[in-house]
Amino acid sequence: MVELRLPRNSTVTKGQHFPAPASAKNVRTFKVYRWTPDDDKNPAMDTYDIDLDHIGPMVLDALIHIKNDVDPTLTFRRSCREGICGSCAMNIDGENTLACLKPIDSMTGDILINPLPHMPIVKDLVSNLDGAYAQLRSIEPWMKSDSAPPPDGERLQSPEERAKLDGMWECILCFCCTTSCPSYWWNGDRYLGPATLLAAYRWIADTRDEDTGERLDSLEDTFKLYACRTIMNCTQTCPKGLNPAKAIGRIKELQVERKL
Amino acid sequence: MSATSSPSRGAYRIVDHAYDVVVVGAGGSGLRATLGMGAAGLSTACVTKVFPTRSHTVAAQGGIGASLGNMAEDNWRWHMYDTVKGSDWLGDQDAIEFMCREAVPAVHELEHFGVPFSRTEAGKIYQRPFGGHMSDYGKAPVPRACAAADRTGHAILHTLYQQCLKHNVEFFVEYFAVDLIMDDEGACRGVIAWCLDDGTIHRFNAKTVVLATGGYGRAWQSCTSAHTCTGDGGGMVMRAGLPTQDMEFVQFHPTGIYPAGCLLTEGCRGEGAYLTNAEGERFMERYAPTAKDLASRDVVSRAMTVEIKEGRGCGTKKDHIMMHLEHLGSDLLHERLPGIIETSRIFAGVDVTKEPVPVLPTVHYNMGGIPTNIHGEVVRPTEDNPDAVVPGLMAVGEAACVSVHGANRLGTNSLLDLIVFGRAAARRAAEIVKPTDFVKPLPAGAGEQALDRLDAMRYAKGGTRVSEMRERLQRDMQTHAAVFRTEDSLKEGCDKIRQIWSEKGDLSVADHSLIWNSDLMEAMEFENLLANATATLESGLLRHESRGAHARDDFPDRDDHEWMKHSVSWLDEKGDTKLTYRPVHMKTLTDEVEVFPPKKRVY
Repeated sequence: MVELRLPRNSTVTKGQHFPAPASAKNVRTFKVYRWTPDDDKNPAMDTYDIDLDHIGPMVLDALIHIKNDVDPTLTFRRSCREGICGSCAMNIDGENTLACLKPIDSMTGDILINPLPHMPIVKDLVSNLDGAYAQLRSIEPWMKSDSAPPPDGERLQSPEERAKLDGMWECILCFCCTTSCPSYWWNGDRYLGPATLLAAYRWIADTRDEDTGERLDSLEDTFKLYACRTIMNCTQTCPKGLNPAKAIGRIKELQVERKL
Repeated sequence: MSATSSPSRGAYRIVDHAYDVVVVGAGGSGLRATLGMGAAGLSTACVTKVFPTRSHTVAAQGGIGASLGNMAEDNWRWHMYDTVKGSDWLGDQDAIEFMCREAVPAVHELEHFGVPFSRTEAGKIYQRPFGGHMSDYGKAPVPRACAAADRTGHAILHTLYQQCLKHNVEFFVEYFAVDLIMDDEGACRGVIAWCLDDGTIHRFNAKTVVLATGGYGRAWQSCTSAHTCTGDGGGMVMRAGLPTQDMEFVQFHPTGIYPAGCLLTEGCRGEGAYLTNAEGERFMERYAPTAKDLASRDVVSRAMTVEIKEGRGCGTKKDHIMMHLEHLGSDLLHERLPGIIETSRIFAGVDVTKEPVPVLPTVHYNMGGIPTNIHGEVVRPTEDNPDAVVPGLMAVGEAACVSVHGANRLGTNSLLDLIVFGRAAARRAAEIVKPTDFVKPLPAGAGEQALDRLDAMRYAKGGTRVSEMRERLQRDMQTHAAVFRTEDSLKEGCDKIRQIWSEKGDLSVADHSLIWNSDLMEAMEFENLLANATATLESGLLRHESRGAHARDDFPDRDDHEWMKHSVSWLDEKGDTKLTYRPVHMKTLTDEVEVFPPKKRVY
């Protein structure tokens, strides 16, 4: 049977409201997605009115302030607070990004905070990324080389060869790109998504890796690679300014080139 | 299982596991150990509270030290001398020799694993100068930091994770380690962990447990450390009645961004950046005539603090120092320090290609930790044997104290420590753990105490939020475990910490769920922070000298006669500390180098 209705718990309800202290002068409203598996309730958007004069400049500062001083049950991942660990990836005002790198004053009006789109939710802003991690693993993202490296030295690589990896090895696996991609929303079980394809091209482009043919073979698939429709949300949203769409384009070019 | 499945309130779901080795922590040292143990054929599990690539190793920037000599002549003996001198002669010289010799093959191995190091024109690994790393026993700075732009930790951590995937290592991701399981003979038999994802409790029975849990920078208000750096290993060890070592030695990195605290690598100064005070003076020339801005971190941090104290700080509050990179040129900065450009823009609003960036000494690294030998085996000193080993327990990385960093760590030596001792621990485990042996059954009631602790905290109904008590601890540490210390200030700090211990029962936890209950996790992390902080202040109070990062206004000189020894702190469940001492290893590992006798430390 075709299911025509969305599941009952897909409706997001209006949640609790936490007003700012009366003395607050510089107040912004944060609407934050809440859901816990512990009860049977629908997800809700809680509203927090926050005094910006007493917190740091980033969205993560606001979330930490809420957890510390307003509502300790709010749940989210965070670690480095400087944009290198990739923990605090979430959807802020409609855009996937890192809460630690997103200045509050770069937005106007109420600020809407949701988990990364189209991933299963564990609790509140914590989404389950197991599927994305498994896809990353499936492309065997490690150095493959039959030639033995020099026993007492490094493999040589010119600065020009090494420069081919720039813009790819810096990926922090936050999956902002993957979860912003409509193709991934539709076919996330079979399409690898931009983060994993960027990782795949990182190894294809590495002159030290000797597995290029096999890597391209395994990607030559209607869904794994070609479900990319060049929508380019990935590049638009990457909080590190990387360009997964270009890497995917290069893989597609290489697939064509090797057939000519 | 009957005992553990009925804790004080309601049942917990307990899952039992048996492994040859369980590694707690998936940063650089944890992954390097895991990888080596897995590759040696041991059944290995890596238990980590964050996904491996989110561990704080990922934030290391400037490089990993090794005397490859790719850019200029270098020698592991010079590296060893610099490290001994950097440690202010508190480092164990046999361990330092081991680390500096192993550095070269260990870094080559990283390259073979696929780390995307930056390259020289000849195609070799690019190296840059770093603070305290000199040629020819202290003559002039030498490029020794092997770098992947300014994201070396990221490059190494991701590569190690990839290698672990290659070797099919088993990960338990987002599991919070609660406590060690010890037996009556004092051996470690496993660890209890809480799975955040589904709220189950996991009892890992293991022939060896490796603690690779990192530092405890979050005991301070302002630090470069990630929120997750809460000294969980130190906390677990102290609760198990084992000691920590040299906890008074805390490194302030000279260049944390003012006021956000984010790190700007010493590699900036390695590439030619310099510091100025409010008068625009390059003041480091006065404090360190030879190394200048590339003196050791403790030296630079003290110089900056003195400049600010004497009224030469920058800004309207005269409370910070400026670092200049603009003279290096946009091209070089974009090639070698792209992350610094980004971080400065986002967190200071500064374009470093055009103007200086405000910086301040910021808590960065804990030289102290769980005492180990050079094989990573945890040591529990006794009166007859200062090097007595705890069976079944290892520690590596920032959580451990081998000790290679002594009283002050050199930049690039932390990544090196992770890799060299992660590797050494794996080798040792391969020697002493027999995969064919059965894992001995756990003692009766194993893990019960840990579960009771978790349960009590889960329903803590006091009047003080975790964040409130943590902020108090952080403020106290910021004031009393600072760059400069005095008897009065340290004593006051110890009193305040004792006060926190006495009020700890008033904690409240609002979230009672078992699934991703980060309120509860932060409460348990707070207990770990408190244990580490206590050992820091108490051992600092008793050390009546200035050595490395421990600078006492009231005892301005190093006292080798009385104090060339490691502090060993034993904490009881009430928060009282007992200090004992352990000799520094003034011996080398081989006869290919001689002991460097103590001398005055001048840069």
